[in-house]
Amino acid sequence: MIYLLLFWEFFKIGLLAVGGGLVTVPFLFDLTEEYSWFDKRELIDMIAIAQSTPGPVGINMATYAGFNAAGIGGALLATLSEVLPAVIIVYYIAKMLKRWQDSPYVEKVLKSIRPAVIALILFAGLDVAKETVVDWQTAAVLVVLCAAMRLYKKSPFFYIAASAVIGLILKI
Amino acid sequence: MVGLWQIYCLFFKMGIFTFGGGYAMLPILQSEVVRKRHYVTEDELLDYYSIGQCTPGIIAVNAASFIGYKLRGLGGLLSATLGVISPSLVIIVLIAMVLRQYMDNQYLQWMFGGIRISVTALIINTVWDMWRKSVVRVRDYIVFAAAFGLMWCCGLSAALIVLLAAGAAFIPDIRRLKK
Repeated sequence: MIYLLLFWEFFKIGLLAVGGGLVTVPFLFDLTEEYSWFDKRELIDMIAIAQSTPGPVGINMATYAGFNAAGIGGALLATLSEVLPAVIIVYYIAKMLKRWQDSPYVEKVLKSIRPAVIALILFAGLDVAKETVVDWQTAAVLVVLCAAMRLYKKSPFFYIAASAVIGLILKI
Repeated sequence: MVGLWQIYCLFFKMGIFTFGGGYAMLPILQSEVVRKRHYVTEDELLDYYSIGQCTPGIIAVNAASFIGYKLRGLGGLLSATLGVISPSLVIIVLIAMVLRQYMDNQYLQWMFGGIRISVTALIINTVWDMWRKSVVRVRDYIVFAAAFGLMWCCGLSAALIVLLAAGAAFIPDIRRLKK
């Protein structure tokens, strides 16, 4: 029974949460009022853990919530149920896109959307910056990292590993 | 042709190195899938993000699904999606079971502090690259400024911004009107 409920609730979240990152949070808050899978305090812990561990935040949240509700089976079920609606929808859109990609109208619309998406990404980046750049030290590290990325085209994995070491040395 | 297992492993690796939301994954996709392997073009990647923005689901997963579909159809889509969610399943379950007390560890916190800064820098760097490539016409500048302004002052949702920008494609050029 709990598996059925988990499937249904996370399928709904996957269908209704449009956008990135933390958009699933309000839905998870609703869950705390309806079920005793986790309470609000645990949810806040979950958000912190989901943000600072590898993996997209939305997926981490589903896994964590599912595990709290019904163990490993729950984690697996909640995560798969959450991605299922998107998988179905993206499949049909990708199919359509393939058929229509040479249409001048589709090309025109996509070209018009690109600058807006770049603005969205910049906005999200500034949002993250507000959280991470808290003093002169962190601001200096950000500037140095940005400059290094422009000068040396190394893979992002390199910079993520290097910045973990920098964090340890500077005690950020 | 790219093997399904290969697609799964590639996205598994990218899932491990994604700290934060779907945008944190963009620089990694740009480097791995566009620059290094040439599976998709930079424009295609941006298009997947715009569509992923307005369709239900986690953006990182949506983008992965699109790339997987382009490589190998439905099988590729499923491999990419499972690949990108697998690290979360393993890591989060481990944390929930045994590692929870270690999350407060001071050294780990310092490492994450550093990682968060490089995620910020990677996003800024990616925006810079994409800006140079895709914001070229006068109307691109206008759409960019309008999108940023509408989010800044009116807090419009990302999905709505993308839909408005799609509509803007049908506004004719002023220069052409004068002729």
